[in-house]
Amino acid sequence: MNGRPSAFNLAAVGLGLAFLYAPIVLLVLYSFNDSRLVTVWGGFSTRWYGALLRDRQMQDAIWTTLRVGTIAATLATLVGTLAAVALVRGGRFKGRTGLAGMIYATLVLPEIILGLSLLLLFVAAGLPRGFWTVTLSHATLGLAYATVVVQARLMQFDRSLEEAAQDLGRAPWQAFLTVTLPNIAPAIAAAWMLAFTLSMDDLVIASFTSGPGATTLPMRLYSQVRLGVNPEINAVSTILIGLVATAVIGAYLVQQRRRT
Amino acid sequence: MKPDRSRLAALAPALWLAVFFAFPFLLVAKLSLSDMALAMPPYGPTLDWGRGLTGLREFLAGLDFETYARLKDDRLYLDAYLSSLWLAGLGTAILLLVGYPIAYGIARCPPAAQRLLVMAVILPFWTSFLIRVYAWIAILKPAGLLNAALGAVGLPPVNLLNTETAVVLGLVYAYLPFMVLPLYAVLERQDPHLVEAARNLGATPAQAFWRVTFPISLPGVAAGALLCFIPMAGEFVIPDLLGGSETLMLGRVIWTEFFANRDWPAASAVAIVLLATLLVPILIFERQPGKLLR
Repeated sequence: MNGRPSAFNLAAVGLGLAFLYAPIVLLVLYSFNDSRLVTVWGGFSTRWYGALLRDRQMQDAIWTTLRVGTIAATLATLVGTLAAVALVRGGRFKGRTGLAGMIYATLVLPEIILGLSLLLLFVAAGLPRGFWTVTLSHATLGLAYATVVVQARLMQFDRSLEEAAQDLGRAPWQAFLTVTLPNIAPAIAAAWMLAFTLSMDDLVIASFTSGPGATTLPMRLYSQVRLGVNPEINAVSTILIGLVATAVIGAYLVQQRRRT
Repeated sequence: MKPDRSRLAALAPALWLAVFFAFPFLLVAKLSLSDMALAMPPYGPTLDWGRGLTGLREFLAGLDFETYARLKDDRLYLDAYLSSLWLAGLGTAILLLVGYPIAYGIARCPPAAQRLLVMAVILPFWTSFLIRVYAWIAILKPAGLLNAALGAVGLPPVNLLNTETAVVLGLVYAYLPFMVLPLYAVLERQDPHLVEAARNLGATPAQAFWRVTFPISLPGVAAGALLCFIPMAGEFVIPDLLGGSETLMLGRVIWTEFFANRDWPAASAVAIVLLATLLVPILIFERQPGKLLR
């Protein structure tokens, strides 16, 4: 609708962003605080990052989280892309409503319900809880998001390009691989990143479906957060925020350059 | 690729979701009808396939609604249920009031600024939920940053951590991007000529807003409200970290029943009740997903 934003418009946006970012900025700032107390500024220090380097349990948790996230995001993106292709191009097939319904329900359903139901599945199947059970659970969560992201892109894709490739003698699957897939690749990459972030972020589903030896970073952070504010948590959080911000801003800049 | 071939792609995701999404719900429903037992897994009866039909009959006979009756008679569950709906509803209302002006403001900016601002709203969503909630503990706790700031300007301290106010604040903070984005999506697409026309016909800016802009944005309002209300009603992390022991929400009850009391049937029954309550909003949400996805 754009026009000239009024002072009120600008104030609303400014205050909104301040509200969103102030807690994060404070969190990052206090990760460099020499004092253990939140309200006392004891001078600039990187001691909490040093403490992190010596914290084996935290490092194990980070390593587990990265492995779970990578495998879960890859599974989610593969299956999610298939779901998107079927939903956008499959026409009105039997079970379409059911498939779409399950996907949209996963998006909004409270995580605690997904966690509990997945745990009961693993117990019923006699699978011991651990690395693979969290990974499969996270793949299920990510699958829904991946589908939605790829679906949005696929709907905008001009199919006549693919038809042209077929007219020029390509088999339908060849046309899909050489024309459509490169075109929707940015959405597939975005879907993977989103699924990975969701996995890295999830506490509730992981707590239900993980077991001994597969403690993820959020589970580890949660057990520490319950004991109160601890600057070492601020340090881990700052590293995570830095990584995510770099990735997202990088992706944004790449997109901007392509646009111009 | 003809439509009939694309359909085949549905097989893998349909199978996946049937196994990891639909079937587990049947297990939750079944377990909510079982009884607690001192065994592993801690519930009974269990189905013994080796005994064939007799086993199945005995298994079915062992199921009952006892757990639900227990929930109904215990004041705690009813309180948690009502408080979940109340806090999620209050949170949604505040999110609308806070989120609408932000979305509207972004939509009024020049296109290049819009893209940047939308990214600024999405960015916190990509950073860990747990970390963002944790950040508020340092602000709200009695010897925290908020009270230090209040003290510096000579105001009395406030005790917010472990109260319902803190929970609502946490909900609004964590879900703000989910409210702003769908609202922005509808506002951004709106034709500015409509408001201009209303103004030329003599409407005041306020009239033009309430009679043109707002009614057209209602799909975004509905989408944002559902997208926030449904997960907030089952929220666990926020009430657990920011709320006091008296702030009971269903997500927290499920967690406690499961992990602390090891009462799996009760946890399942509460989950079924929560699911049944959210079914109507979820079905409404599913009828208009297309509007949400862009």
